[in-house]
Amino acid sequence: MIELNNVSKSFTLHNQGSAVIPVMEGASLSVKPGECVGLIGASGAGKSTLMRVIYGNYLAASGSVMVGGTDVATAEPREILELRRHTLGYVSQFLRVVPRVATLDVVAEPLLAVGTPVDAARDKAASLLAQLNIPERLWGLSPTTFSGGEQQRVNIARGFAHDYPALLLDEPTASLDAQNRATVLELITGAKARGAAIVGIFHDEAAREQVCDRFIDVSAFTPRSAA
Amino acid sequence: MTPLLQVKNVAKMYGARIGCTDVSFDLYPGEVMGIVGESGSGKSTLLNSLAGHLTPDRGEVIFDTRADGPVDTVTMSEPQRRMLSRTDWAFVHQHARDGLRMSVSAGGNIGERLMAVGDRHYGSIRERAADWLGRVEIADSRIDDRPSAFSGGMQQRLQIARNLVTGPRLVFMDEPTGGLDVSVQARLLDLLRGLVREMGLSAIIVTHDLAVVRLLADRLMVMKDGHVVESGLTDQVLDDPQHGYTQLLVSSVLQV
Repeated sequence: MIELNNVSKSFTLHNQGSAVIPVMEGASLSVKPGECVGLIGASGAGKSTLMRVIYGNYLAASGSVMVGGTDVATAEPREILELRRHTLGYVSQFLRVVPRVATLDVVAEPLLAVGTPVDAARDKAASLLAQLNIPERLWGLSPTTFSGGEQQRVNIARGFAHDYPALLLDEPTASLDAQNRATVLELITGAKARGAAIVGIFHDEAAREQVCDRFIDVSAFTPRSAA
Repeated sequence: MTPLLQVKNVAKMYGARIGCTDVSFDLYPGEVMGIVGESGSGKSTLLNSLAGHLTPDRGEVIFDTRADGPVDTVTMSEPQRRMLSRTDWAFVHQHARDGLRMSVSAGGNIGERLMAVGDRHYGSIRERAADWLGRVEIADSRIDDRPSAFSGGMQQRLQIARNLVTGPRLVFMDEPTGGLDVSVQARLLDLLRGLVREMGLSAIIVTHDLAVVRLLADRLMVMKDGHVVESGLTDQVLDDPQHGYTQLLVSSVLQV
């Protein structure tokens, strides 16, 4: 489902004397449907970078990033948008929403984008929010005013609203209490059971042992010159 | 799929000075494209050249018309272009006053565009005007008030209603949230996003506000001195800018 082949990434800082910083080299990995792969490595080793390269908000310098038949490294913006709408979900660490939009609608939005009828989308959103213990009285409010943990859970609900065949999870259990953490792990297990290919970053060791089938140490992709 | 709009090598000169040059892109149905750049970078010139307000000196602007398929709007006749701008196109000006008739009631402003495409039944025009006022969150009771009695944010929303009532397929927006306070801006963004999704609109939005494009636009084009220096997926251009100018632009944004 997700297949990276010899991917490299560098940043060129034009405003600092065109310094070129290589951050990733020879990254290859493959994730099959129903499999969850955990990215490990020290902070700054490039876990999030790799994830962003897969999602397409970082441009790979070379190599191929195949997700469900689309090469994210070379695809047109239109193709990537289509891929993100139907195939590739991403739960980032930050919630980015239009202010003033109700939480329920924020969570239902990915479903509306793939053409789910409004009522069905809102029902699914409501059940996810309930599962993640967001009190119903908050559903009509914008999540911009919520606490960090609540925003994180809204973000997760949004990421799991549509059944994406491929999912990227950037620390989904960070800043959650035990009960909510268990719910999130359940959601991940459920997604695996329906055949989703998952790439995740988990700092929480117990969590990653529970859901990940294997691990990839991204420090293997750190360019030698930089190390 | 046929692109809704194909722009090929468009250039507009002001005498010897470059307005914008070598601009090419395809816009597909349902896509929202943002154009960013500092003032004087040629983004408004480009928008006006695309929308037929200025005549480009070079290049083609090919629009996929309902009746005849793709047609170059630069070389089409003036009446044809006018018809297009009343039916399939809409233009939201930065200053609502430029896009509204200030001496005609709010309902009249919306109805005028309906009448321009042949609607004649007073009752149904008024009904649709009231419906659109509701959609842009202006109270029914204000239908007979003149826009001069409206606040800036309300005028901007009225302008949007006036433009969208005829069900256009392509909307040009020049700084649609410029000069509005942030709470009104958020409301307008929400409204625009909903309309884009419900009506399947394509839109080209010129702005200098990167936060606005991040929330509204699928794709982004960065302009400097009349040239497009970078284009691509919005979050890719903002998170991983490749061109020096874009890097400067992104790193100059104040964090709130």
